[in-house]
Amino acid sequence: MSEIALEARNLFKVFGKNPSQAVRRLKAGESRTAVDDAGTAAVIDASFTVNRGEIFVIMGLSGSGKSTIIRMLNGLHDATSGTVTVNGDPITGIPNGQLREIRRDRISMVFQHFALLPHRSVAANVAYPLELKGVAKAERLAKAAEILSLVGLEGLGEKMPSELSGGMQQRVGIARALAADSDILLMDEAFSALDPLIRREMQEQLLELQEKLQKTIVFITHDLNEAMFLGDRIAVMRDGRIVQIGTPEDILMDPANDYVEQFVQDVDRARVLTAANVMERPRPVVPETAGPRTALRQMRDAYMSATYVVGRDRQLLGVVTDRDAVKLVRSGATTLDSVLKPVLQSVREDEVLMNLFVPAVESPLPLAVTDAEGRLVGVIPRVTLLAALGPGPGATEEIILPLMPMPQAEIDAVLDDGWTDPGPSTSSGTQDAFGSGTELTEEVR
Amino acid sequence: MDGFRIPLGSWVEAGVDWVKVNLDGLLDVVSFVVTFLVDGLTSLLLLPYFFVVIAIAALIAWLVRSWQLAIGTVVSFTLIVAMGLWVPAMQTLGLVLVAALVAVVIAVPLGIWSARNATVRAVLKPVLDFMQTMPAFVYLIPAIVFFSIGVVPGLVATVIFALPPGVRLTELGIRGVDSETVEAGQAFGAKPGQILRGIQLPLAMPTILAGINQVIMLALSMAVIAGMAGADGLGKMVVEAISTVNIAKGVEAGLGVVLIAVFLDRVTAALGTLGQNPASLPAVIRRRGAQRQATAAAAASAPIVETTVEEKELQNA
Repeated sequence: MSEIALEARNLFKVFGKNPSQAVRRLKAGESRTAVDDAGTAAVIDASFTVNRGEIFVIMGLSGSGKSTIIRMLNGLHDATSGTVTVNGDPITGIPNGQLREIRRDRISMVFQHFALLPHRSVAANVAYPLELKGVAKAERLAKAAEILSLVGLEGLGEKMPSELSGGMQQRVGIARALAADSDILLMDEAFSALDPLIRREMQEQLLELQEKLQKTIVFITHDLNEAMFLGDRIAVMRDGRIVQIGTPEDILMDPANDYVEQFVQDVDRARVLTAANVMERPRPVVPETAGPRTALRQMRDAYMSATYVVGRDRQLLGVVTDRDAVKLVRSGATTLDSVLKPVLQSVREDEVLMNLFVPAVESPLPLAVTDAEGRLVGVIPRVTLLAALGPGPGATEEIILPLMPMPQAEIDAVLDDGWTDPGPSTSSGTQDAFGSGTELTEEVR
Repeated sequence: MDGFRIPLGSWVEAGVDWVKVNLDGLLDVVSFVVTFLVDGLTSLLLLPYFFVVIAIAALIAWLVRSWQLAIGTVVSFTLIVAMGLWVPAMQTLGLVLVAALVAVVIAVPLGIWSARNATVRAVLKPVLDFMQTMPAFVYLIPAIVFFSIGVVPGLVATVIFALPPGVRLTELGIRGVDSETVEAGQAFGAKPGQILRGIQLPLAMPTILAGINQVIMLALSMAVIAGMAGADGLGKMVVEAISTVNIAKGVEAGLGVVLIAVFLDRVTAALGTLGQNPASLPAVIRRRGAQRQATAAAAASAPIVETTVEEKELQNA
């Protein structure tokens, strides 16, 4: 089997009087509003592929055509033009019986308002797809119980759907879709009807389930945060057209046009961007073989009071402070081993920014970023972290730091020079300031 | 304007005559079946002693609604007996039930069909409007031509008059089923028939039953008109009372219709919410059973050791 589970090629859907004429005109380059007289174009020239095992999110505002697209993927809506293939088999333009077979065996769906059968118990709802497949009653109820426990609803099979909360009802909806045992799961705004806390919980549960089951999921949403959280790839839709397809980071860092950019302005960047997206070249850093002098030089150049020490393969070993390094230089030591301190705060490169704030505050150095093997791949200074939260393309580029303060010794030297008497002059200056202040206010009066 | 006259009535009359001449055999069959059904049901209702029928009616009331309705049924049916109206009342009940049955058998499939097909809906809507607004007496005229005086023309007119709400509410009920739920059926690969039987009809059932309730009520209101066509029953008594200005007879016969109407209405309305009527006999029995089970479970779980020993003994045995 190929890696592509689902493919849509040049899909059009027009509702109205003369759909085929509208499609012809749209293909000739007319705009959506121009063909209004022939029909309402819900989906215009949509092409995308969904890989096996990925969560593909289609995101757009209401009326952007996303619900129409997902209904074309299982044939609930006929495509006016274009093709949909499931595992390489076309589902557009095939007889109804064959389409029903594909729906029974290969594609299942989760609905926004759950669409449970209110007159059947929870278990009977979950067993419904199996019933349609002709599975014997005892077997399908056993399977239903198994799947209910998978979604965390064990023992609730005898209840009626109306006795469950919204979140639980949607779990039944998901359980029903899983019971069909199809590779592809279509989720139409599955969590939009739930309140925010439950929604978050369901999103996390979906990711957990996905880790276990590795289904191919097409997820529709109007919530960009949800799209960013769930999606391996995201298609952004506007007015029936797909305007950009890419990973969450692509969409956020490199919006295809103003529309997408406006959209991503509101996104919670702290939950989407990862340490790897914003980190900078690691600095200051010295290899463990270096001596204290090299370390001191590095620190001076970076205006830092400590430096990271890495071993072979850039393994992060620890930290050396300037005071310790100075002591080593004075004592004539040539290795850093004796003063190496453990790194108190470091983060993995796939950690989202949300989780970096506390470590960044607690870390004396720019926050160390390591990869899965514990190698130092970058650092994140606090200013970089702050800047990354703002919008704009430059936010994640290397930051130019403001002018560094002069070394303290120099300032001290200037202050100690003694060309004025520091004590009286400051006090008289203050008096002057106060005096002129009062005068000013009197004048104003 | 003299001379401008469209002879619409004459055309219809010609059509009716044509049907009478050419479809006489069909009309005879209809007449035979209807007479058989109504006479059969009426004689079935009159066969046992009246109190047996009253007891059965009360039991039905208790089964679907509550013991209060059962008592109300006993009281009102006894009143009918006490007014000396038992036989005409049962004749009317037989007529109404058969008429309602025929109307439902025609109306529900028509409603389903028009819910699934926009063309059928478009054609049916004006026809139903026509059937409902045409004064019901008018149906009697061709019906009498076709079937002559008796119970059959009354029943045919009743069916035509009572049909529309059955069709409309069935259609409304099916189209009112949440489209996402229907889509769910389609999305999991259900055939149209499976969707109809497994999703649409069960979910539309309360509305369809409300339609059936309306059909029965309209059929009962037609009972008097059926009496004009010569059908025996309370309707005929009302017509006689009108022609002789007999207040006493008119009031009694009218009251008989009202009492039957209330019984039929309450029972059919309760059918729409069957299973949700907490005072109905099955619900009470279920609750009792659950209580007994709960107490039994509590008693069983208290002396844990003993029960397990007993269970082991049982298993060994």
